[in-house]
Amino acid sequence: MGGIPHDHYEPNSRGEKWLHRRLPIVGLMYDTLMIPTPKNLNWMWIWGIVLVFTLVMQIITGILLVMHYTPHVDLAFASVEHIMRNVNGGWAIRYIHQNGASLFFIAVYLHIFRGLYYGSYKAPREVTWIIGMLIYVLMMGTAFMGYVLPWGQMSFWGATVITGLFGAIPFIGEGIQTWLLGGPAVDNATLNRFLSLHYLLPFLILGLVIVHVWAFHTTGNNNPTGVEVRRTSKAEAEKDTLPFWPYFVIKDLFALAVILVAFFAVVGFMPNYLGHPDNYIEANPLATPAHIVPEWYFLPFYAILRAFDNEVWVVIAANFLTGGIVDAAFFGVVAMFGAIVVMALAPWLDTSSVRSGRYRPMFKAWFWVFIVNFFVLMWVGARPAEGIYPYIALIGSTYWFAYFLVILPLLGVIEKPLPQPSTIEEDFNEHVGGGSSGTPGSGTAAAPTPAE
Amino acid sequence: MFRKLAISATAALALTSGAAHAAGGAGYVENYAFSFEGPFGTFDQNQLQRGLQVYTEICSGCHGLQYVPIRTLADEGGIGWTEEEVLEYIDQNFIEVYDPDLQDWRMATPNDNFPVNDGVGAPDLSLMAKARTGFSGPYGLGINPLINGIGGPEYIASLLTHYTGEEVEQYGAILYENETMEGGLISMAPPLWEDAVVYADGTPATVDQMAQDVAAFLMWTAEPHMMARKQMGFLAVIILGIFSVLLYLTNKRLWAPVKAAAKRGTQAAE
Repeated sequence: MGGIPHDHYEPNSRGEKWLHRRLPIVGLMYDTLMIPTPKNLNWMWIWGIVLVFTLVMQIITGILLVMHYTPHVDLAFASVEHIMRNVNGGWAIRYIHQNGASLFFIAVYLHIFRGLYYGSYKAPREVTWIIGMLIYVLMMGTAFMGYVLPWGQMSFWGATVITGLFGAIPFIGEGIQTWLLGGPAVDNATLNRFLSLHYLLPFLILGLVIVHVWAFHTTGNNNPTGVEVRRTSKAEAEKDTLPFWPYFVIKDLFALAVILVAFFAVVGFMPNYLGHPDNYIEANPLATPAHIVPEWYFLPFYAILRAFDNEVWVVIAANFLTGGIVDAAFFGVVAMFGAIVVMALAPWLDTSSVRSGRYRPMFKAWFWVFIVNFFVLMWVGARPAEGIYPYIALIGSTYWFAYFLVILPLLGVIEKPLPQPSTIEEDFNEHVGGGSSGTPGSGTAAAPTPAE
Repeated sequence: MFRKLAISATAALALTSGAAHAAGGAGYVENYAFSFEGPFGTFDQNQLQRGLQVYTEICSGCHGLQYVPIRTLADEGGIGWTEEEVLEYIDQNFIEVYDPDLQDWRMATPNDNFPVNDGVGAPDLSLMAKARTGFSGPYGLGINPLINGIGGPEYIASLLTHYTGEEVEQYGAILYENETMEGGLISMAPPLWEDAVVYADGTPATVDQMAQDVAAFLMWTAEPHMMARKQMGFLAVIILGIFSVLLYLTNKRLWAPVKAAAKRGTQAAE
C-alpha cells in the first residue's frame, strides 16, 4: 500500500502460505500496521487514535445501553433512570457514553485544527479531508439524535428547534420537517426513528473511518513540515520514516492513557458538568425552557445560525433580491451548513504552495485568530441573543467565512513563505539534535534506521 | 502548537459548560459546605437519614420520588439501612403505591418505587438536585460551577431557607416571595419551621439544619451511586496514571536509539 517503498509481508510457514494464497488478510494487516510514518510527527498527530478508541467505546457502551433503554415517549426518561439506578454498572456505562460524546468532539476539533494548521488537506490528501468532513457531519447528526433519546426537556426542545431549521427551507421545508419528525411535531415517531438512526450512523462512521485511513495510507501521512517523504528508494524512505508499529502505536497509546486519565476524572468526579440540568426534567411539550441551548460542541455553529437575523444587511439584501423567499431563518440555516461546506472546500480555497503553517508567517496569525474566534463563537452561542452578543456572533461568523473564502485564497498570493527543510530527516535531526541546524541534504550514513 | 492547543482545550472545557449553565437565572444561592462535595466528599449517612425523615414527614405530603426504588434505602453508600429497617419504614409510614394491575392502591413492597405524588401539581423530587443550577458564569464561562459544583443541593437548601415572609396574590392564587426562586415568587408555602420534625439522633431541628439535610437526601435520590462513581473515578485515574507512566517510559526507551542516531546525524553534519 502507498507510494512509500517499504518491506511487505512474506508468508513463511506452510500454514501462512496456504492462507495467503486464499486470503491475504495477514498481509493487509501487516502493511496497515507497518506503514512507514514520518519520524517527525508531533503530539498533534495522536488524535486519530483517540478518535478511533472513542468511536469503539461509544459503540460498545451504546450497545449496552440499548439493551435497557425503552424508546417510547412515556417510558424513555424512566428507562434512563432505570439504567442509572437498577442496572449493574448502568450509571458508569451511561456517564461514559454521555461524556464520551464530549471527548469525541474535543478530539475531532483538535484533529481538524491540526489538519488546518499543517495543511493536511492539501493535495494529494483532499479525499482524506473530504471523507473526514463527512465523518464530522455524521458525528454531529449522531450526537444530536443521541441527545434526544433520554427525553429530557433539552432533548425535546433541542429536537424541536433543530428540526425546525429544516422547516425554514422555502416551499419544501415544512414537508421535509414533517417527514423527518414522522408527524407534525416531535413525538413518539421522532423518538423511534432517532434511536434507529443513532444506532445506524456510528457504523457508517466506522466504515468511513476505514476509508479515511485507507486514503491517507495511500498518500502517506502529512507531517509538521509538510515536506513529503522521499520515495525514490527504500533506503531513502527509511531515513524519513519509522514503521507505525511499534514507534507510533506506543507513542499514541501513551497519549491516549493521559487523555483517559482526564476523561475518567470528569466521569468520576463531575459527570454532569458538561451536561444541561434541564435534561434531568422529563420532556414536557407544554413547558418551554427559558433558554434552549445545544450541547457545547454545536455552539459555534449555533452562534452562526443565530448571527444572521433580520437586521443584518446581507439578510435584508437577500430577502429583497429573492422577493422574500430567503428570510432570516433560512439565511441562518444556509450560513450554518455553509460554515461546514467552506471548511470542507479548504483544499481548493487555500492557494499557497507551502503546505505547513510552520513556514507561513502571515497564515500563522490568521490561523490563531481563527482558533480564538472558534472559542468566541462557542461562548457567544450559549449566551442569550440580546445586548452585545448578536454583534459578537456576527463578527465571529463573518470571520469564519472570511478565513476560508478570502484569507486562505489571498495569502497564497501575497505571503512570502519561510524556507522549508528539504527533507523530514533534516527536520527531525534538527529538533532532536538540540536546535543546531543541519545543512540541507545532510542525510549522512550516521543515521541508520534502528533495528525493526 | 501543541502547548497552545492544550491550553485552549482546557479553556474550552471551562467555556463549554457555558451551555450547561446558561439556563441559570436563579436568585440568591448560598454556598453550603456539603459533605459530599469534591472528589473526596462522601455522603454523611446520618444526614441522609435525617433528610429522609424530613422528606417523609413534610415534603412527601405534596412531592413524590417516583424514580427511587424503596429497597435502595438499604444500599451501601447511601441511607444504609438493613432490609428489616426498610420494611419497618414502609409499615410505620403506611406507604402505599398505586397498582395498575389491581387498579387500586396497595401497601408498597421494597421493590416498588416511592409513590408518584402529583396531587397538587408539585414537581417530583427524585432528580431535583441534578435539575437545578446553583452556580453559573461568570459570563457563561463556567468557572463558578467548576469551582463550587453545579450547586443543585445548594439551590434546594437556599430555596427552603430564603422565604422573605411576603405573600402576593396573583390570579386568585397566593404566591410566596422567595429570594432563590427564579422570578422571586413560588407557589409553595414555607414548608419548614423550627422543630417541624424531631430528629432521632437528637440534632436540633432548625430550619437551616432541616433544609440542608433534605437537600443532601435529595442529592442522594438524584445520584444514588455517587460513592461508587467516585471510587471508580479514583481507581480509573490511578490505574490509567500508572499505565501512562509505564507507557511514557516504554516510549522513551523505544525512541532513544532513534533520537541518539538523529543527534549523531546532526553532529556529523556540522
